Amino acid sequence: MTFTPDIQAFCCHYTSQQTIAEGREGLKQDGLPGNVTFHRVVCTGKLQVSTLLKAFEEGADGVYVVGCPADQCHNVKGSQRAAKRVDAIKKALAELAVEPERIEMFHLERGFHPEFVEAAQLMNKRITDLGPSPFKGEAK
Amino acid sequence: MIIADRKPVDEILGMVSDAKKILVLGCRGCVTVCSAGGDREVEILASLIRLGMLKQGKKIETIEGSLVRQCDKEYIDAIDEWEGQYDAIVSMACGVGVNFIANLRPTTRVYPAVNTSFFGGSAEQGVWKEQCAGCGNCVLHLTGGLCPVARCAKSLMNGPCGGSVNGRCEIHPDVECIWQSIHDRLGRIGNAEAMNVIAPIRDWSTAGHGGPRKTTRDDLTI
Repeated sequence: MTFTPDIQAFCCHYTSQQTIAEGREGLKQDGLPGNVTFHRVVCTGKLQVSTLLKAFEEGADGVYVVGCPADQCHNVKGSQRAAKRVDAIKKALAELAVEPERIEMFHLERGFHPEFVEAAQLMNKRITDLGPSPFKGEAK
Repeated sequence: MIIADRKPVDEILGMVSDAKKILVLGCRGCVTVCSAGGDREVEILASLIRLGMLKQGKKIETIEGSLVRQCDKEYIDAIDEWEGQYDAIVSMACGVGVNFIANLRPTTRVYPAVNTSFFGGSAEQGVWKEQCAGCGNCVLHLTGGLCPVARCAKSLMNGPCGGSVNGRCEIHPDVECIWQSIHDRLGRIGNAEAMNVIAPIRDWSTAGHGGPRKTTRDDLTI
């Protein structure tokens, strides 16, 4: 049975602005997997650990965050903070015996770059290989 | 303040394994300041517990709340707001808070979500260091304000041990030798002669070795 993962991406407004302006069809033509859902945030530094955990609770098989290069954040340290929070979730997932690589942080330049699409492709392949989220078992 | 660290999630999951509904209860005192058990940490822990249970194929209801403090009877009474809505409380307060709930709610199951670590302060963002051992017999007036009980690995009272090297501790090389710091500071504040005072054999009876301690202020009791 084929498995299409539910992937939730949280992107910095500045990093994703131009890419997302391509529109759904344009992004598809660029090779963006259709099963990645984008959430634009004012700054990835604004993302809370609980927001990212909630994505897993709501059925995400994989989650990733795209923020500015660590030393070029519009809000100085926002993407550094996001990376720390992603690391904290990796540790928490490991505590729950779940693959930490189900969540990832990417630091990408502003504007349209193939790397933005590549990050989505990388996560899509990774999560497809890992299989469905272990949190999706039927609760009794 | 009291510094605490969240327990491993699997340890907490083990505590609540047979519960269907839990109240994850934060404290807005010390553990909020040291980011171990405030509102934000309650939200995160509740999510981790739900995820952990989902992974085990179980479902658990979580209520999230926090009290102004969990170390005062008046504030513990606020738990009644959630009366009948939970099987157990997972307290993110320090051990004092867990004890207070256990003292005041005899039939309520309460579990600790944090390990209460020490009395300390924020050395820099995200880093807390022990500064006081709560020994009940303060000597800071003799040591330039720096505590040898809490900050010397051996709690020595009469200067450094032979392992003090270049101002560092032989037990923890990344930690300053507090006796070196006491020596240097006493010199800077014009009290170097205090190093020559021999501290007598210390009476540790105030340090909790004789059982739980208690303070009563007659002017405050009614």
